[in-house]
Amino acid sequence: MPMDEPQHRLTVVGGGVMGSSIAALALGHGVPVTLVDLTEDVLRVTRENVDRQLRHAQLLGALPEGCAPAELVTTTSPAAAAEATAVIEAVVEFSGTKAKVLAEFAALTGPGVPLITNTSGIPVDELAEAVPHPEDLVGTHFMNPPFLIKAVEVIRGPRTGERTLARVGSLLTALGRTAIEVRDAPGFVTSRLLHPMINDAARVVEAGTATVEAVDELMRKCLGHPTGPLATADLIGIDNLVDSLNILFERTQDPGCRPCELLLEKVRSGDLGRKSGRGFYDYGKASM
Amino acid sequence: MTEQTTAETGVPTPAEIESHLLEFLEARTKSAVSPDLDLFASGLVSSMFAMELVVLLEQRYGVAVVGGDLKLDNFRTVQRITELVLRLRDA
Ligand SMILES: NC(=O)c1ccc[n+]([C@@H]2O[C@H](COP(=O)([O-])OP(=O)(O)OC[C@H]3O[C@@H](n4cnc5c(N)ncnc54)[C@H](O)[C@@H]3O)[C@@H](O)[C@H]2O)c1
Repeated sequence: MPMDEPQHRLTVVGGGVMGSSIAALALGHGVPVTLVDLTEDVLRVTRENVDRQLRHAQLLGALPEGCAPAELVTTTSPAAAAEATAVIEAVVEFSGTKAKVLAEFAALTGPGVPLITNTSGIPVDELAEAVPHPEDLVGTHFMNPPFLIKAVEVIRGPRTGERTLARVGSLLTALGRTAIEVRDAPGFVTSRLLHPMINDAARVVEAGTATVEAVDELMRKCLGHPTGPLATADLIGIDNLVDSLNILFERTQDPGCRPCELLLEKVRSGDLGRKSGRGFYDYGKASM
Repeated sequence: MTEQTTAETGVPTPAEIESHLLEFLEARTKSAVSPDLDLFASGLVSSMFAMELVVLLEQRYGVAVVGGDLKLDNFRTVQRITELVLRLRDA
């Protein structure tokens, strides 16, 4: 990396679907990552997933050529985040958990280091209550898989500072992503549009109007959706989809955002999508 | 490569590898697949699926797909995947 470009060192909190894939994106672009999760058991799976996603990105030619992957450190100890130039939290979609994690990492990194939430839909300003310097907090909405999706929705909360936005912009440039900035609202733009649409797609199946395959095929072949909404649900993780719909429903009262029974049933039976091996489709074995 | 069969050597023959791959793909896509069909251009499988093929080869044939071999072009058709397995296995 040329000397005049900033050296990034990322801490990612939460090594699930998004944490592991954001880590893979960063490593593949030469940015070192410290990944923090709750247990060594989770971290073991996370390391395997990061490795597989790095190889997947390479397979698809999605990484810059000649850039050696940077070093990954995994740990259960948040203290390792003290050296970070930015922290991205990708823990479960619950306000309380996120607030606690953000407060904890804000205390470790000190003022001026961007605290980035990868929430699907919790307004950034709600989470800003939890941190000592709300100007450091910003939202990025990386989507799965981040190495294939070139753009990132960046959420400017009413208290997000210009310096924080500039630093996040520089980080995203280093990761080869284009930032699209939007204002704060429940679900921002993408989740506000996508999540109720997926919910409706599940309702169509629930009503017996069409099969899962037919819904996705119509959306792909007639309406240009690259994946199909139900295959997308499997990619997101149906547990996270339901949590995100609940966040939206609680804050908008839009009945279209109330998770439908078919989605709830899949969560109850553990059919969470790719991450559990089965959701709307069967994947044989769990993968992210 | 000599024309031995699995029964003699315990090692799958090229024809066996090819037919197993076709079987796997047909089961997963619920469509007919021929050895020279372009899996990606035909829209039969997505790029998300490509890594599942890599994992399948590694688990079933004990090969490691790494470095320069990790490119989509090696996975475009069942014929090419079979060639890759044979090359890596004989390396
Ligand atoms: N899945 C998607 O496609 C997607 C897309 C965009 C945004 N998001 C958002 O990204 C975030 C993460 O989603 P996910 O799908 O990766 O969830 P996930 O359930 O796969 O992973 C969450 C991880 O967070 C860990 N965790 C929980 N509490 C923690 C704590 N206190 N400290 C450290 N780690 C903790 C869990 O152990 C788990 O590994 C959520 O806010 C989600 O809404 C998800």
